[in-house]
Amino acid sequence: MDTSRPEPQLSALYQELILDHYRRPRNKGTLEDATHSVSLNNPLCGDEIDLQLRVDGDVIKEARFIGRGCSISQASASMMTQLLKERTVPQAIALAERMSAMMQGDDGAARDKTLGDLRALAGVSKFPVRIKCALLPWNALTDAMKAGRG
Amino acid sequence: MLDVARIRADFPLLAQRENGHRLVYLDNAATTQKPQVVLDAIVDYYRTTNANVHRGAYDLAIRATEAYEAARAKVAAFVNAWAPEGVVFTRGTTEAINLVAGSYGRATLKAGDSVVVTGMDHHSNLVPWQILCQEKGATLRMVEITEDGRIDLSDFGRALERPPKIVAFPYVSNALGTVNPAAQLAKLAHAVGAVVVVDGAQSTPHLKVDVQALDCDFYALSGHKMLGPMGSGALVAKPDLLDAMPPYHGGGEMISRVWDDHSTYNKIPHKFEAGTPNVEGAVGLAAAITYLEGIGLDRIADHEQALAAAAIEKLIEIEGVTVYGPHARGHRAGVVSFTYGDVHPHDIATILDRDGICIRAGHHCTQPLMRRLNVAATARASFYLYNGPDDVDALAGALVKAGALFGYVPA
Repeated sequence: MDTSRPEPQLSALYQELILDHYRRPRNKGTLEDATHSVSLNNPLCGDEIDLQLRVDGDVIKEARFIGRGCSISQASASMMTQLLKERTVPQAIALAERMSAMMQGDDGAARDKTLGDLRALAGVSKFPVRIKCALLPWNALTDAMKAGRG
Repeated sequence: MLDVARIRADFPLLAQRENGHRLVYLDNAATTQKPQVVLDAIVDYYRTTNANVHRGAYDLAIRATEAYEAARAKVAAFVNAWAPEGVVFTRGTTEAINLVAGSYGRATLKAGDSVVVTGMDHHSNLVPWQILCQEKGATLRMVEITEDGRIDLSDFGRALERPPKIVAFPYVSNALGTVNPAAQLAKLAHAVGAVVVVDGAQSTPHLKVDVQALDCDFYALSGHKMLGPMGSGALVAKPDLLDAMPPYHGGGEMISRVWDDHSTYNKIPHKFEAGTPNVEGAVGLAAAITYLEGIGLDRIADHEQALAAAAIEKLIEIEGVTVYGPHARGHRAGVVSFTYGDVHPHDIATILDRDGICIRAGHHCTQPLMRRLNVAATARASFYLYNGPDDVDALAGALVKAGALFGYVPA
C-alpha cells in the first residue's frame, strides 16, 4: 500500500537562492544600538535565532540575526532581514502575514513581489514539517513587534 | 547476518511504500515496528481475555490477571530480574526513572547530597534528577565524556570522590550508540555507597541484558523500542529497595486498607501500579519478548553491530561526512550519528525521506551531549533486526544525493 502524498520536488525546496542565503547569510551579526531583541528556538529540532532590530519611530532601520539551524530557517532569516530595512512596523507585520499565508500554500502570496527573495521559499509549503523552520525568524519578528507595542 | 527477508515478512508495516520507495526504516532508536505476533497478541487479548485485573471474582478477570502476571514473569526472566515482584510495569523508561527519582530519590536525598549523571544521558535520565536536586537543594554532577563519545572513566572516578547518593547512566547511548561498561560503573558506584540507576531503553532491545550480573539497583526499559506496544515498559528493581520505598502514585490497586485520613499500601509491585494498568501493553510486550528470544539477542546484537560497522565504513568514504561516537566494534550498538559538511541534519532527513528512508535529525533529547560534541544537531541512523545491507546501501546512496543538492561533488 502506498500511503504517500503526491511527490513534491526536492529541487523546488532546495533552490540555488536558498542555498546562497544559507551559505552567505545577509545581515548576520549583532546590533550595538538595538531597540528590540528576541531569541527563539525550536526545541524539537534545535533551530535557533537571535533577532535584533533598531526601530526609529515607526521605521525599522536595521535588522540583524545570529542563528544556527537548517538551510530553510537560516535562509528565511537572511531574506527577512534584507526585506525589513526601512519598512514601517505595520508593513513588517503585513509581510509576516503574507509569509505565513505563503507557507499555508496561498498562491497569491507566493507571487507577491513584496516578499522579494522569500518567494523562493514557496516550495516549503509542500513539506509540512519544514514550515516551522521557515517561520521561526518571522515568529521572532512578530514577538519583537508585540514587545515594541507593549 | 540474520535472514532479513524472512524477518521483514513478519512486520506488516515494512511492506508499505513511502514516497514511492521501499520503506527503509532507520529510526529504531526512536521506536521500532511491530511484528504480526505482537499485533495478534493485543487483538487476542481484547477478543478473548479482557477484564480488569486483580479485582474480579469471575473466571474472565482471573484469566486477564494471569495474562498480565505472566507478562511480568516474562519481562523478569528476559532481563534476569531479582524477582517478578521486582518488575513494576510503567509507561516506559521515562516513567520508570521518574518513579525512582520521585519515590526513592525524594525519600532519600537531603540538602547537600549529590546525584551523578553523565554527559551522554537522555533528557529522561537527566531532567528527573535536575528536578529532584532542585527540590532537595542537592548537587547534580555531570560526568564528562571522551572525544570518541565514551564515559570518561577518570572523571567518573572524580565524581565519586564526594560520595553521591545516586549514580545514573545509560547502558547504551541513544545518540551515539556507545555501549557503556555498566557492570564496572555499577561496581565503582557501589564502592562509595551509591545506588545505581541504569537507563536500559537502548540496551534491552539490542543486547542480552542480565541485571543481576550488572548488579545495578534500578533498571528502566521501554517496550516500544523492542517491538512491543507504545506505553509499555518497566522498572526492574531490587525487591528490598522497592519494598522500603514510599508509593509514587496514589489510587486503586496500590492500597491495602483505606481509612478516612490515611491508607496502608499493597505489596510490591502493586504498590507502584496505581489504577488500571496497561494490560494490553504488557501482553504485547511479552509477545515481543517471545519473538526476540526466538531469534536470539546475541545474534541480534551481532547483526546490528555488523550493520553499524558497514554503515560507518561507507559513510566516512563520503567526503565531508563526520561520524560521532566510538569506532571500535564492541563499544558501539547499532546507532550511527553523523553530520555531512554544512548540510544541516534536517535537510538531510528531508532529502532522505523522498527516497523512503527514515532517519532522525536533531539533538536526540541529548542537548548536553550535543554541546559537548559542539554540534547543534546530528543525523542518526539506528538499526534493528529487520535492517539489512540493502538499507545501508540505500542510506549511503541517498546521502550522496543530498550532498549533490548542496553542491558537494561525490568522491
